[in-house]
Amino acid sequence: MKLVVTTVGKDRVGIIAMVSNILAENNINILSVNQNIMDGFFNMIMMAESVGGDVKLPELQKLLRAKGDELELEIKVQNQEIFNIMHNI
Amino acid sequence: MITIDNILETNRMITENKLDVRTITMGISLRDCAHPNIDQFCRNIYDKITTSAEFLVKTGEDIEAKYGIPIIHKRISVTPIAIAAEACKTDSYVPVAETLDKAAKAVGVNFIGGFSALVEKGFTNGDRILLDSIPQALASTDVVCSSVNLGSTKAGINMDCVRQMGEIIKRTAELTRDQDALGCAKLVVFANAPGDNPFMAGAFHGVSEAEKVVSVGVSGPGVVKHALEDLKGADFTEVAETIKKTAFKITRVGQLVAREASRRLGVPFGIIDLSLAPTPAVGDSVANVLEEMGLERCGAPGTTAALALLNDAVKKGGLMASSHVGGLSGAFIPVSEDQGMIEAIECGSLSIEKLEAMTCVCSVGLDMIAVEGDTSAATISGIIADEAAIGMINNKTTAVRLIPVPGKKVGDCVEFGGLLGRCPIVKVRSNWSSEAFIARGGRIPAPIRSLTN
Repeated sequence: MKLVVTTVGKDRVGIIAMVSNILAENNINILSVNQNIMDGFFNMIMMAESVGGDVKLPELQKLLRAKGDELELEIKVQNQEIFNIMHNI
Repeated sequence: MITIDNILETNRMITENKLDVRTITMGISLRDCAHPNIDQFCRNIYDKITTSAEFLVKTGEDIEAKYGIPIIHKRISVTPIAIAAEACKTDSYVPVAETLDKAAKAVGVNFIGGFSALVEKGFTNGDRILLDSIPQALASTDVVCSSVNLGSTKAGINMDCVRQMGEIIKRTAELTRDQDALGCAKLVVFANAPGDNPFMAGAFHGVSEAEKVVSVGVSGPGVVKHALEDLKGADFTEVAETIKKTAFKITRVGQLVAREASRRLGVPFGIIDLSLAPTPAVGDSVANVLEEMGLERCGAPGTTAALALLNDAVKKGGLMASSHVGGLSGAFIPVSEDQGMIEAIECGSLSIEKLEAMTCVCSVGLDMIAVEGDTSAATISGIIADEAAIGMINNKTTAVRLIPVPGKKVGDCVEFGGLLGRCPIVKVRSNWSSEAFIARGGRIPAPIRSLTN
């Protein structure tokens, strides 16, 4: 399953490390990263793929949300198919 | 190619604007369950429902896990029981309703629809038994929904049934008075009822449907409202375009879920119903969408026009997004399930007469409206006749789901809880009697537009 992970919030040390770590622990491989800082705000969109394909999305969403709340970041993860079907005819 | 804007938009729709798939409904034909012995018939339907829908809830949860989109309800609709049970030698179908209740609970769905009769032109023996059984059936079950189709553009209006439904609604309210007439919230009176509607309480598995089908109802008034928030002062062409684009995106998600559900369950895909169905949650209101178009409060002059535009644009946007669109498809205006509607009733901007006008252009009818408990059966029948007439003449589905709450008066409020919400008692013009009109009975003939052959 291909995933899109978005992270938005105030920049600080270790955001990428933290998100990547959670993905790695869940057997998710990062395919590409698009990241920038706008006005001190950290923006990152990752394309990733679940290896073995057995990831439970709601659980991963909960986990990332909890971790995000801790560090005042908004971290969201969705199945890529949702974006494809919504924005491509 | 997906852009960053696309990603942010979709994320916002799901997390902030409450985009969800409202229901996956499995339609199951019970026509092969007929048996003269009602006990055997009940065993047949219990076995068929529990076998067919064994994995429905699990499949819904699995799809939720795969796509991260909330799927709120998993439900079942069955062949109208007046047809399926007609061979039974009995004078009551209450045991059938109890069996449906048991089967639904066994597979874990939260509603089962189809304790229904289609009587727009006349009653069969089974239809009469079913109608007589409705109040007791709704009082002695929790998740069974009942519907009666008593009018159509092709057949006219069965006024004998209109009279009877007023009495049945009153009786149902009486039998469930300790739950504020909750039974009436599970009873819909239709004209031009579609046989493929996945939404409760009006869902049944139509007689022309396949053996089993999976249909999906999408939702998302919050998403539409949000899209309109960026359009302050824009003209209606732009408003309609924006609603169309939004409806398209919402429906695509429904289509994805429907395809996946159909594949996993090994049951053919029926239709997507692209209705904007509100919930009592703040921000999930159809009334708020209308207000976003520039009305101070839902019910203000202009509301009917706003709703007409919304209903039409939702259909146009959704049509291209799905291979099969059906059901009710449009905008629902249930009062108790929509926080904006509740507030509009409370502040006096919205009345039952304005709601009636709105039903000429919305996707269904007078829905989830609590009225005074002493509203007479004839007055309720009069309201049903008016709604059925709007449906019959305008070639659209209309419905009535009124709840005469025993002991409550205008100024009181009734709490149904959960998705059924709460409703202030709505004032009805019952000082003037409809008694003699309703007592006539017979049939209102099919309108001229029925003769299209």
